[in-house]
Amino acid sequence: MKFIYQTWWKVLAVLLLLYTLIAGFLLGVPRLPILHETIRNVYFHVPMWMAMFAVFTISVIYSIKYLNTGKEKYDLIAVECVNTGTFFYVLGLITGMMWAKYTWGEYWSNDPKQNSAAIAFLLYCAYAVLRNSIDEEQKRAKISAIYNIFAFPIMVVLIMVLPRMTDSLHPGNGGNPAFGKLDMDNHMRMVFYPACIGWCFIALWIATLRYRIRLIEYKNNEIN
Amino acid sequence: MTNDPTNEQKNYICAMQLFNQTWDLFKKEIVLEWRSKYAFNGVLLYVVSTVFICYISLNLNPGLNSSKGYPIVWNVLFWIIMLFASVNAIAKSFMQESKSRLLYYYSIASPQAIILSKTAYNILLMALLSVLALLVYKVFFANTLGDPLYYFLTVMLGSISFSTVFTMISAIASKAGNNGTLMAILSFPVIIPVILLLIKLSKNAMDGLERSVSYSNMAVLLAINVIVIATALLLFPFLWRD
Repeated sequence: MKFIYQTWWKVLAVLLLLYTLIAGFLLGVPRLPILHETIRNVYFHVPMWMAMFAVFTISVIYSIKYLNTGKEKYDLIAVECVNTGTFFYVLGLITGMMWAKYTWGEYWSNDPKQNSAAIAFLLYCAYAVLRNSIDEEQKRAKISAIYNIFAFPIMVVLIMVLPRMTDSLHPGNGGNPAFGKLDMDNHMRMVFYPACIGWCFIALWIATLRYRIRLIEYKNNEIN
Repeated sequence: MTNDPTNEQKNYICAMQLFNQTWDLFKKEIVLEWRSKYAFNGVLLYVVSTVFICYISLNLNPGLNSSKGYPIVWNVLFWIIMLFASVNAIAKSFMQESKSRLLYYYSIASPQAIILSKTAYNILLMALLSVLALLVYKVFFANTLGDPLYYFLTVMLGSISFSTVFTMISAIASKAGNNGTLMAILSFPVIIPVILLLIKLSKNAMDGLERSVSYSNMAVLLAINVIVIATALLLFPFLWRD
């Protein structure tokens, strides 16, 4: 837990993001039909999902820890990670929709990848509703931890497995090549990987800040 | 030589115990249902009246039977009716139990046995219901099935998937205030991929396509079931403790 109070990775995250902003907009990209300059979206769209997966995974780990130990702290971490993840989920959807407008022609074109992303979003909205429906703190923590663990594998199936089996237009699905294999040259990789790491750290930072605020509130409300 | 049981023997004894407990609880569920026949008759009536409402309202537009989109509507409508019927049927599975009776179960059986027996009982209930529903539906809405055996198989797969998902969700919802809204909100995101796969599979069967086309979708459906049952077995022991 000491890790979240350290500074070095926060500085690193900001530096990496500054680098990806500058390099992502200025460095050359391969010229490809249809895509053209929109390929730069890979620096901003994909890292959103990476960051989301990172915080959701942490949240599941802490939900499991909560069920094993019953410490209130772990529940706070889990819920704040889900909140941050949901925020990045929305960002990922929006950046994807903007890209889709310029390459597929519509913001929402009934694509399997978009649809299942929307369904998986409902899963996490349901998590929020479930939390609000229970008043008793420990019961709420326990049941939402259970639902969180239950929802995570289904979210993975929805986003990663199902679109790959149908004919989605999304790169990397339905027989379409992913950017990583064909289109991305080594220059792009030099921006793409730092972007992923940077955004994951930013998501983690937001989650830890929110968690620390919640922890203070929790301690203030404690009856001694 | 000592008489202490080895690890393998211990595992075997545990598995046998779990199986026996599940089987006893499963029989108890059937006996209880047989005495009142409430859930079964209630949901059957629900399905039949829904089918009848659909029949009457669709027949307001003459000539629908011969229109091009009719088979598609036929297929989709059947699954939507089944979806709502199964939500209603399975939402009851934990609500019916009083708190003291649940406490008694937990003192005599393992939590895994309880969730397994509930799931098995719901599968049986849903399988019976969906066969009857399919028959009634077929009587009211005429349609030719290209591959009746595979359509039937898809309906069976559907009832199994609905039961596994809804049983776990109803266990969660019953702990959280027990209202119908929560059951729907929690279960629909999970059931949408299942129902999409089912509609695809049954469409293939209805059109009489090559059977090998459906294999990969069936595999995904079974995989989802395995994931749901595995997570239910892991998580239910944490859920029942209050």
